[in-house]
Amino acid sequence: MNTVPSSTYFSAPPEWGWLIVFYFFFGGLAGGTYFLAVLIDLFGRAEDRPLARLGYYIAFPCVVLSGLLLTLDLGRPLRLWHMLIESNTWRPMFKLWSPMSVGSWALLIFGIFSLISFLGALVEDDRLEWPAGRRVRPPGVLSGLIGVIGGLFGFYVAGYTGVLLAVTNRPIWSDTPLLGMLFVVSAASISAALMILLAQRSRWTMPGVLALHRMDAWVVALEFVVLIAVMISLGPVFRAWLSAWGLLLFFGVIVVGMLLPLWLYWRKQSGDLNLTTEAALVLVGGFILRLVIVFSAQGV
Amino acid sequence: MAEPMGFYTDTTVCIGCKACEVACKEWNQLPSTNGGLNTLSGDSYDNTRRLDGIHWRHVKFIEQFTDDRKDGRWLLMSDVCKHCVNAPCLEVCPTGAIIRTEFDTVVIQSDTCNGCRDCIAACPFGVIEVNPASGTAQKCTLCYDRLQGGMEPACSKACPTQSIQFGTIRDLRNRAQKRVEQLHQTGEKRAYLYGADEKMLGGLNSFYLLVDKPEVYGLPPDPKMPTRNLKSGSWFSVFGALAVGLMGIINFRNRGAGEHDQEERR
Repeated sequence: MNTVPSSTYFSAPPEWGWLIVFYFFFGGLAGGTYFLAVLIDLFGRAEDRPLARLGYYIAFPCVVLSGLLLTLDLGRPLRLWHMLIESNTWRPMFKLWSPMSVGSWALLIFGIFSLISFLGALVEDDRLEWPAGRRVRPPGVLSGLIGVIGGLFGFYVAGYTGVLLAVTNRPIWSDTPLLGMLFVVSAASISAALMILLAQRSRWTMPGVLALHRMDAWVVALEFVVLIAVMISLGPVFRAWLSAWGLLLFFGVIVVGMLLPLWLYWRKQSGDLNLTTEAALVLVGGFILRLVIVFSAQGV
Repeated sequence: MAEPMGFYTDTTVCIGCKACEVACKEWNQLPSTNGGLNTLSGDSYDNTRRLDGIHWRHVKFIEQFTDDRKDGRWLLMSDVCKHCVNAPCLEVCPTGAIIRTEFDTVVIQSDTCNGCRDCIAACPFGVIEVNPASGTAQKCTLCYDRLQGGMEPACSKACPTQSIQFGTIRDLRNRAQKRVEQLHQTGEKRAYLYGADEKMLGGLNSFYLLVDKPEVYGLPPDPKMPTRNLKSGSWFSVFGALAVGLMGIINFRNRGAGEHDQEERR
């Protein structure tokens, strides 16, 4: 080992495996769907409300699943609370400069907001009796406030995982500052895709679905640009992806998850409403992206 | 606070006896691998292979031989946690399990660690791993318990050639500098100190005398703090969110009247 591309090549892999890949995927979905639901609530029309509610219906179960996956991944799962409370002083544990520390708090707070919005959506759909629940749905100051604060935490949950990887000394992860950005943009693309898929299943035809679809095409295009920027920013470390992982990244993420859906989208400009294929491809690509990033950096 | 303490390891006098590894395991009651049966590496005389949760000391054998094995050399180095003054592991630890002691050493409190493994990814030297017996991240404590009792660490105590020396950092740096000068005078011009000043992570409280490039010993030439990417990474994420938010606002506000009308016609 006489010449290495980066000083990061001497660290050890933390053995973050499938649980973390799934967490990155469902955490991205949780933050992304909430973020999109808030955008629809704030900037969409009244007839798009069911789409926003769909976002909240996805976000809450995903954040619960995220917490579960993270807990199971710990060497000592029963000590999960040590992330929040200093176990020997009982004071709050918070390190602004440690993404995992801030992320633990963000997940907790986001979980509370996504629960409130989830209940609000149930009330609006007349599936739950809770008089105050109406007030957390628009229009109204309280609903706007909950949306904006919850949406900010949703964005944080969607993106901090990429920053967390960058704030290490592993090859690839810490050789680019762009993983957080990639994860945020990818969270938006997979979340829009899942919302489109479920809206199609319910045969919803409100205009918001088409708007979401068009937005997803823009976001996937942006994601493609960011991924290329990640590759360039890796510099000599990029050679770590001249491997089976690189092939998977190229075919699974770039071709299947980005170029193919974009091509299908442009072909369907004429108003074809079957958007299922593109959405499914974007979801598959988003999952493979996280899989490649988590595993490839630990095999170096 | 007591004066900063640490190790100075002179790799030129290490004979690869692994007494330090054994002493470390005995004192810290670390388990053997494979139920005590030999696990041979198969391509080296070194069968420990690396530092991990149950090997807090590791004598590296750097075996450099020509293909016909007519010529060759051994470099031996007893590796251990560097007890960095600016410790990357301590920086990222989300539970506060990793602390700096009164001896300026870095210790993982096993009763606080929850095994998240962020420190493993943060350590630029690959020192930390999970001890399967405890499920927590573990590494050299610089024998914190012995230090508190006024004793020196087990490894340096056991070292028969004084390759591992224990003492105050000030004293060790003086000793190491003299040794480098002595080696230079006797013709070994390649000798230098790795991590003995503040330039590397604020100083390594376990530093080394080497006679080849750090990479040859499996050491990073330029270890850095993990938080170097925190600000830039966060800002790029914010830009990403702003771009996505803007795309959402544009599409939901101005949803393409054409598509809308088409929808209404259906």
